[in-house]
Amino acid sequence: MNVEGNGDLVDVQAGPPTDGSGPAEGTPLLAIDHLRVLFPIKAGTVVNRKIGYVHAVDDVSFVLNEGETLGIVGESGCGKTTLIRTLVRLVDATDGTIRFRGTDITKANRKDLEPIRRQMQMVFQDPQASLNPRKRVNQIIATPLRIRGVPKDRFEAETRGLLDKVGLHPEHLNRFPHEFSGGQRQRIGIARALAVEPKLILLDEPVSALDVSIQAQVINLLDELQDDLHLSYVFVAHDLGVVRHVSDRIIVMYLGKLMEISPAEELYTKPIHPYTSALLGAIPIPDPNENRARERTMVTGEPPNPINPPSGCRFHTRCPRATEICSTVEPQLTEYANGHIAACHHPQNVTASEVVGAVRSDASPLTAGDDRPVT
Amino acid sequence: MSSGARTPSANGYLLDVEDLKVSFRTEDGVVRAVDGVSFGIKPGEVVAIVGESGSGKSVTAMTLMGLTRSPNATFEGRALFDGRDLVTATDEDLRKVRGAGIAMVFQDPMSSLDPVQRIGKQIVEQIRTHDRKISKAQAYDRASELMERVGIPRAQERLRSYPHEFSGGMRQRVMIAMALSNAPTLLIADEPTTALDVTIQAQILDELRQLRTETGAAIILVTHDLGVVADIADRIVVMYAGRVVEQGTLDEIFYDPQHPYTWGLLGSITRIDRDRSQRLPAIPGLPPSLLRPPEGCHFRPRCPHAYDRCTQVPELKARLADAADHLDRCWLEPERKRRLRVVGDQIGLASEEAVIS
Repeated sequence: MNVEGNGDLVDVQAGPPTDGSGPAEGTPLLAIDHLRVLFPIKAGTVVNRKIGYVHAVDDVSFVLNEGETLGIVGESGCGKTTLIRTLVRLVDATDGTIRFRGTDITKANRKDLEPIRRQMQMVFQDPQASLNPRKRVNQIIATPLRIRGVPKDRFEAETRGLLDKVGLHPEHLNRFPHEFSGGQRQRIGIARALAVEPKLILLDEPVSALDVSIQAQVINLLDELQDDLHLSYVFVAHDLGVVRHVSDRIIVMYLGKLMEISPAEELYTKPIHPYTSALLGAIPIPDPNENRARERTMVTGEPPNPINPPSGCRFHTRCPRATEICSTVEPQLTEYANGHIAACHHPQNVTASEVVGAVRSDASPLTAGDDRPVT
Repeated sequence: MSSGARTPSANGYLLDVEDLKVSFRTEDGVVRAVDGVSFGIKPGEVVAIVGESGSGKSVTAMTLMGLTRSPNATFEGRALFDGRDLVTATDEDLRKVRGAGIAMVFQDPMSSLDPVQRIGKQIVEQIRTHDRKISKAQAYDRASELMERVGIPRAQERLRSYPHEFSGGMRQRVMIAMALSNAPTLLIADEPTTALDVTIQAQILDELRQLRTETGAAIILVTHDLGVVADIADRIVVMYAGRVVEQGTLDEIFYDPQHPYTWGLLGSITRIDRDRSQRLPAIPGLPPSLLRPPEGCHFRPRCPHAYDRCTQVPELKARLADAADHLDRCWLEPERKRRLRVVGDQIGLASEEAVIS
């Protein structure tokens, strides 16, 4: 590995071998089945009673394939961050299963998790808060290197290589986090995640704390790293522009539920769920003419309380298309062409024949009704 | 120094800022946060000040309200509003301007409201500070009217709520209601939607737009989000490292940008209406330290098009024959710029390799 070079990463990177020790062909990297995360709300001074639950993630199922980037979007409080924290077991699931390459890790203990966590790393939103301010960069990166079993005399060379890979000066390995800018700190966070040679990186709003010009740099870096190292990403963000740029498929969440799963491009050209259109309509396009020309669906009101979510479809209180059935029956996740899935009784942008051809998805919540969508 | 392009206030400006400079003495030396900012705003106009963190956009806005005054701060230049120079005005004069003349809405509505006072009381206090003749009961009526105005349901009831009982969007509406309480002619909104979700952001922007049509107040919108700008602004002031690098109308800045920094900014935004096929043309490097800014053009170290002349500071002036109010600070010939700013088929900052070839 060319540690001094600052040139073309594609050529000098040896890349981890695609080992044959993995699971059987066709097993997804990550398979989530009916995952629920409820947080109890307690009250009472003497006796601690549970008076309710926050439905943070409520019956969510999806798969992530090798080399894929899955975007997860939604407003604050939709459960997107809780969801990915649960995937790395920083939060425990209430129900459902998480399988990593076929292994059920939902209840795995610390010891069993260790080898899994080496393959699954997380990058956090706030690079300032997720780096220990009293450690130098080389110390920050040394811990994951030790876990990977790198001999001590290789630490410096490895650290330099990692810094170079994420676009930082290798000479900066003796600096403290406060000596870097926000974008550079996020690069350190990425270098730390890469140090264990993971297969999957979970990114929780990795660029939302950064300025646009720096955002672009970090997004490009993630893109390059994915090509070089065959990484898979789960990319959580509230910014649909950023998500479009990085994702292969996108999940839209609302109040703990999956609303829509779609191939990235199609979500923007053919949103099926009215909530998705509402989200897209709310985003101003940085182009005055297009902004003036387009029609925008505006939603009124604010997201309801996740402690006591609405019955039926959770979006029905704000939905312009809602009818009687939406408040009583939870919609099934319906799979249309192209693996485009949406949970809506009154889908938009689909033809009658598409609706006829659509099937109930296995990812449908267990509590969902059998009613077929009607355009 | 002065290009003599315009005489202050003579051409119908509500606020006329000329060559504003703000420096702060710190332990490490003098930070020149604002280094020569000039712009004007006409009644009823929405002017967006755009820039990244550290560009001086917030300091500019706060200085207009006299909020940056401290023993460590020094000011130069002037900002004429209603016959007063806001930079040199006495505290007493400024108090008169605040509220009735200029009102401000801040980014974080939680920390700008008093958590232990009821919302109603806070709005009433604001009303009565600037209008001593109004009775308490009248002020409460006015407060409830204002709350309804900005779209808060059950306003009468909600006057008795505390800030924590409101969501972020609702708190921002309260802030706007307070800002409106004395019918200001200029509203300064510092990143008013940055802390909010997109659906709520759209609602608040709509609120601001309506307000402008109904009250005729001018708005200075400080933001880093070019989407928000495209949605609401009439004119744009682009700031970089303490200086205005370009200003013009919305369409001029988006479709005929003259400064390479503006190109970079426009090129590096991710958009919901563009596919992912290509890498984003990012701006290389980092903004300079304002303790030791680079000589000449502040963008020079990051600019792939910089040449020897860029070590001198370019003046902010009109450089296009047909657009007298489209100003920029770049030495490059307009003809050359037109070629250089196209990357692929879009506006962006070309990388160094592309320039050589």
